[in-house]
Amino acid sequence: MIAPVARAEGLTKRFAKSGVLALDGVDLAVVPGQMTGLVGPDGAGKTTLIRMLAGLVEPDAGTIEVFGAPAAAADRAQIGYMPQRFGLYEDLTVIENLTLYAELRGLAASERAASFARLLDFTDLQRFQNRRAGQLSGGMKQKLGLACAMVREPRLLLLDEPGVGVDPVSRRELWAMVRTLAGDGVGVLWSTAYLDEAEKCDTVFLLNEGRMLHGGAPGDLLGRVKDRVVRVAVPSADRRQILERVLGHDAVMDGTVQGDALRLLLSTPAAILSPTDFGLPAIVVEPTEPRFEDAFIDMLGGGAKGGSPLARAYRRVPPNDAPAISAAGLTKVFGDFTAARDIGFSVPRGQIFGLLGPNGAGKSTTFKMLCGLLTPSAGTGSVAGFDLRNAKAEARQSLGYMAQKVSLYGDLSVQQNLDFFAGIYGLQGPARREATARVTEIFGLQRYLGVNSGTLPLGYKQRLALACAVMHEPPVLFLDEPTSGVDPIVRREFWSHINGLVEKGVTVLVTTHFMEEAEYCDRIALIYRAEQIATGTPDELKSQAGTPDGSMEDAFIALIEAADRGREAA
Amino acid sequence: MSARWNRRRFGAMLVKETLQILRDPSTFLIAFVLPVVLIFLYGFGVNLDTARTRIALSVQDDGGAAQSLAGAFQHSRWFEVVTTGDLAAMQRDMVAGRVRGIVVIPADFSQHIARGSGGDIQVITDGSSPNTASFVGAYAQGVQSAWAAAYQFDRGRHVVPAIAIDQRFWFNPELASRFFLVPGAIAIVMTMIGTLLTALVIAREWERGTMEAIMATPISMSEFMATKVIPYFVLGLGSMTLCAMLAVFVFGVPFRGSPLALLAISSAFLVPALGQGLFISAATKNQFVASQIALLTAFLPGMMLSGFLFEISSMPRWIRTVTYLVPARYLIPPLQTVFVAGDDWSLFLPDMAAMLGFGLVFFALAVRATRRRIA
Repeated sequence: MIAPVARAEGLTKRFAKSGVLALDGVDLAVVPGQMTGLVGPDGAGKTTLIRMLAGLVEPDAGTIEVFGAPAAAADRAQIGYMPQRFGLYEDLTVIENLTLYAELRGLAASERAASFARLLDFTDLQRFQNRRAGQLSGGMKQKLGLACAMVREPRLLLLDEPGVGVDPVSRRELWAMVRTLAGDGVGVLWSTAYLDEAEKCDTVFLLNEGRMLHGGAPGDLLGRVKDRVVRVAVPSADRRQILERVLGHDAVMDGTVQGDALRLLLSTPAAILSPTDFGLPAIVVEPTEPRFEDAFIDMLGGGAKGGSPLARAYRRVPPNDAPAISAAGLTKVFGDFTAARDIGFSVPRGQIFGLLGPNGAGKSTTFKMLCGLLTPSAGTGSVAGFDLRNAKAEARQSLGYMAQKVSLYGDLSVQQNLDFFAGIYGLQGPARREATARVTEIFGLQRYLGVNSGTLPLGYKQRLALACAVMHEPPVLFLDEPTSGVDPIVRREFWSHINGLVEKGVTVLVTTHFMEEAEYCDRIALIYRAEQIATGTPDELKSQAGTPDGSMEDAFIALIEAADRGREAA
Repeated sequence: MSARWNRRRFGAMLVKETLQILRDPSTFLIAFVLPVVLIFLYGFGVNLDTARTRIALSVQDDGGAAQSLAGAFQHSRWFEVVTTGDLAAMQRDMVAGRVRGIVVIPADFSQHIARGSGGDIQVITDGSSPNTASFVGAYAQGVQSAWAAAYQFDRGRHVVPAIAIDQRFWFNPELASRFFLVPGAIAIVMTMIGTLLTALVIAREWERGTMEAIMATPISMSEFMATKVIPYFVLGLGSMTLCAMLAVFVFGVPFRGSPLALLAISSAFLVPALGQGLFISAATKNQFVASQIALLTAFLPGMMLSGFLFEISSMPRWIRTVTYLVPARYLIPPLQTVFVAGDDWSLFLPDMAAMLGFGLVFFALAVRATRRRIA
């Protein structure tokens, strides 16, 4: 066995200011020549652990060694570190940033030309050498950040969520670059919230709420759910009720919608499902490849069960033939930059419509235009039958909006936030007390009522934000990245609420960057570089992309690559 | 561990810092546009404030002496004189703020002058703005005394005026204000660059996440701090030079000392200013908080407690004690001296020593607060 370049034992860290236990007795080893994955949801402690390896955070307890020396005294010239925000100087050019880090890491002058040429070639940044880093796209910044971290070949390469916020194509390219550039002697630690990335690593450490749940080859982890994941085709119109029904079965630990089928995690490989469990005359149970997320959920004790109490208490939205949300030719131009161009779709009552696309593609802009928060430069939109141009206030009153990054007042307590949002949606007196009490019960917020919402754990922040958006029982819900950063259990719970509400006739417009979550949507619009490049059901998009049996991510990548080719040809 | 001080790392960081300064419009604004604005503001503001105060003049006597005195008021460069309307209307004007004072030349004025028995005039001022009131009073008396001396002299008589004219005019606002305000502007500009700008640029490295990336490289924290101090030291001196040139060549402020003395005094002040900026940014790591603290602890005291706008000797005792803690207090007197009087090293050296002492304290605090740690 090769000696690890970095090793940690029993690391514990509690932040003095917030009292949060960021790491709790964590062990880790990074072996040279391997990709080591550090996987976990936001707030799991990944960044704290990486900063400790970079010698920037001191542990409260435990030992941490880099190249056999304590991390704080390790030779920093041999550590490549790419923080989450890349660490680039935006007013310096590509080549100036590279030069700065080359000098700081003491790259020998004789090696500089070769190193720069190789990195610029791999990152495809030669053409942009003299462009300032601030003017690069997200994907290019990320590649430059990586080049700066690798400008002198490190023995330990620390990458803190290099894939966050960029499109799947760039993420795959970056992965390939690291694999190629990191020679045999380099130990790479790649942290990510995307569980699918973990499957490609040689070794994986799974971190949740400061505790290391697993360390070892990804296969070991997948082994525990071997033969326990199945796929069952169901009639598309009823898939949500059927999912809720099967999730009530003791043998089913977790389930998700996947196109026209359900994907289920069984408690044992031997568990047998009968058609009556589905309320169907006959079923075909096909085994399917387990994923890392299945193992993660299994370790955490299974997904949300028992349906959505929120949906049960919700009013039934009366049927209506008119579309609940419609957009036609929506365009938004900021100066000489077009943020969204000619976006059009229509969502009937009681459906989930998804907006998918990389960060900066124009999803949030489209969202804000439909909420009446941004005035479109061209085009029209309506929500619950109210036109955005002349009935903005009515349109807004009939929708519940959960903003990205959670728009709560951090300095107000949970109770005060609930009262405030109930008030601005027009709930008064007994109706307000009844509504706040109902969501407090449903989302389990009792023990946090007096706590300032800014200090809540992320999952509870998201729950509170959803609670604030649904108190007035709107017929239409707008959810902007509702599950961003939370662990898969909370994500399941959210989707169980969303599915339940839709069954009550609520119409949902949702954005997400978790491709597998797109499968829950009835229809999807794919937004890329401000354009709506494809629209349809998840299965339609997959066949349009020529990947009918692949994952949503494969379809997504195929479609945006086709759009890029179309752009170049034009 | 690599050597503590490395020429290549140091050079690379200096180059980076210089490029950033050259490319950042806010640096340019503070270092080169702000001084110009300040100097022009004080240069012209002074003229506007004191050259022409609007007063009403009520002449109730048509004798020769009274008319001659009225003429003296109308030709005074200090007053813009309104003579229309009766006294009651003038009083209303003063209450409404349309005039700042009323001068009444009474009906028997010429007779008194002819008899040689004085010649009193009445000056009514608005006590609700005391500064303007005493200004109008003093200048009205000044105009009258000057007129009386000239009038009697023309008639071959020599009288000793009731009021010492020189005493009124040594408080010549135009010249003295410039002497005050130019060193003040230099102090403010250097505080802005040394403390505010330095605090902001380091806090910005924390906010943008570049600090994290830099700290993970072999650079030592002392190298990092030095590469922040040196460019802004040069920038502060450059801006000071610009201020001084503008003052001397555009506004005719005298410069009787030596450039070397000016350089030495300014350099001594930049040490505490930069030290304070480093300390603030290391302690806050946030641009907004850093700018607020820099304003409260450096800019405002520099403005109000340094003796630049408000005379320290006329402050209450406890505030006077507080001024000893403001580094800019030790900058203003030597700067004023170097412009108006000339080099006086026996006065400069103690003040420079005091400024360097403050600098030492601030740098010690900054080094303590700057650690290679994120949390």
